[in-house]
Amino acid sequence: MTEPRIAAGPDAPRLSARGLTAGYPGRRVIEDLDLRIAPGRITVIIGANASGKSTLLAHLARLQAPLEGAVLLDDVDVRTVPRRRLARELGILPQQPIAPEGLTVAELVGRGRHPHRGLMGRWTAQDAAAVDEAMAATGIAELADRSIGELSGGQRQRVWIAMALAQDPRILLLDEPTTFLDLAHQIEVLDLLVRLNRDRGTTIVVVLHELGLAARYADDLVVMKDGRIVAHGAPADVLTAETVADAFGLEALVIPDPLTATPLVIPVPGGAHSAPDRA
Amino acid sequence: MSAPAQTGRAPGFLAVHRTTARRATTVTAALAALAFAALCLALVLGDFVMPLGDMLRALFGGGTQIERYIVWQVRMPRAALALLAGAALGLAGALFQTLLRNPLASTDLLGISGGASVGAVYATLVAGWTGAAIAASAFAGAAAVAVVLLLAARTLADGGYRMVLAGVGFAFLSASIVGYLLKRAQEDQAGTVLKWITGSLGATTWEPVVVIGAVLALGAAAAALLARPLQLTELGDPLVRGLGAHPVVVRTATVVVAVLLAASTAAFIGPVSFVALGAAPIARSLVGRGALALPAAALTGGAVLLIADLVGQYAFPGHSVPVGVVTGAVGAPYLLWLLASSKGRRA
Repeated sequence: MTEPRIAAGPDAPRLSARGLTAGYPGRRVIEDLDLRIAPGRITVIIGANASGKSTLLAHLARLQAPLEGAVLLDDVDVRTVPRRRLARELGILPQQPIAPEGLTVAELVGRGRHPHRGLMGRWTAQDAAAVDEAMAATGIAELADRSIGELSGGQRQRVWIAMALAQDPRILLLDEPTTFLDLAHQIEVLDLLVRLNRDRGTTIVVVLHELGLAARYADDLVVMKDGRIVAHGAPADVLTAETVADAFGLEALVIPDPLTATPLVIPVPGGAHSAPDRA
Repeated sequence: MSAPAQTGRAPGFLAVHRTTARRATTVTAALAALAFAALCLALVLGDFVMPLGDMLRALFGGGTQIERYIVWQVRMPRAALALLAGAALGLAGALFQTLLRNPLASTDLLGISGGASVGAVYATLVAGWTGAAIAASAFAGAAAVAVVLLLAARTLADGGYRMVLAGVGFAFLSASIVGYLLKRAQEDQAGTVLKWITGSLGATTWEPVVVIGAVLALGAAAAALLARPLQLTELGDPLVRGLGAHPVVVRTATVVVAVLLAASTAAFIGPVSFVALGAAPIARSLVGRGALALPAAALTGGAVLLIADLVGQYAFPGHSVPVGVVTGAVGAPYLLWLLASSKGRRA
């Protein structure tokens, strides 16, 4: 396991899974998994379909209860932490969130303030500032009074990320935030996550499909297969032809990215020999 | 990378929020004025027309004793019941539709009104009960259906599909039970029951007004508390949990409140159709901007039911028509329009 390249701040949150077994009684998706999320860094989880990566993320985000084991935040089982307090620490952007079509962008982003607000409280200046800042950081300030239904897919994704920014958690988990976006918008979203990580020190855990982008944006790369972690570390160490063949059943050439020197996966034509698809 | 936020014309969060709030306040105030105007009309009309000035004087404690009696004891109970019951139905419908993210979800289509009908028809025809016992039996019937819906609501993660299916099943089941009970009943009894299951406000005393008023006050207070978490549940379960709310608790509480409102109303005035279905989409298309518009939906329901009752009483000279017939006649074209257009959704 590689040490982070920059030392994380002393108060960076420590999120980990210990002996995590997950799934349904009779069908275990994840079996006895241990993982420590690098504090203050960007962790990317990759793996074939049905490898358990979304399930792992859902458990890290306490959306599902483990069958065995636990997810710990600063050594405390997340399922014992009061919901709203946990929501100030740990945010999740699921794969396909739903928005009422007529709702304005600003008010949707404002929903992210829920864990910070009193039960019946009015909007505070701090809430308003957090929402405005989140919209500015994601470049959607001019869209504030537009309705969600009018937005393009790329704009919508930025609104959801703005909502997570307004929530202002110390750890942000995202499940395939770039799916359905064209390449330019994918890069835009990922650059946004990098800025969030650099500027606010937010720990980021993100599930991605595109291996080249995963390698380029990850400080720490987690490769999953059949509910287990088969490789974990810096992308350059982890993403080898052997790992790709093992985890994805894909014969590929791995070369350094000419721009960033991170690993670039080039599939060999006809090289998908044993796609591990067991949905 | 897109250009960073320009400071040109970017309305801040508070400005946008205030615009939405102002719009909701304006629409709600206009609906309240409409409801009050309909109330005045209901108090003016009757066996003889009382001039508006006399009516208002009697309404606020002046005028002759006879005028006060006619306004407060003869006309007000029926008008007040229409307003309060309509508001309760409108609120119940808005809660169900938000919960199930479905503009067709309502007490009629979810079988709650059907459960009330079975209860009332059983009480009248089989048990031979009268008066308050019929209302209690109707409430029990609606509550029984609601318990099953509540159990289905635990699995609302599928977007309420199962709850809607269970409800539609109950609606058909109760229609056939009512049909069977009516078939074997005496003719004179069947007449009473038929009037009840159409939905009727006739011969009203203050008693149901007080009961419905109390239930509505409770339901409105609960809805005010639930409004914010309910708004969150619109974003889907994973996000709701991520934001620190408890979707199952919110949904269960919402179903309990909505069922209480719908069942109490059905117990006293029968399963009046359309109001629970139509009030929220109308209110939301007026308020717009994705608002839940719960107060506006309640006021719309109240105004619609009162106006429908006035139409039923006075639009057909010579004989009056039960309010349920009027709302049903309005409801059918409305339902088709809703299915054909997207306006009923949260546009």
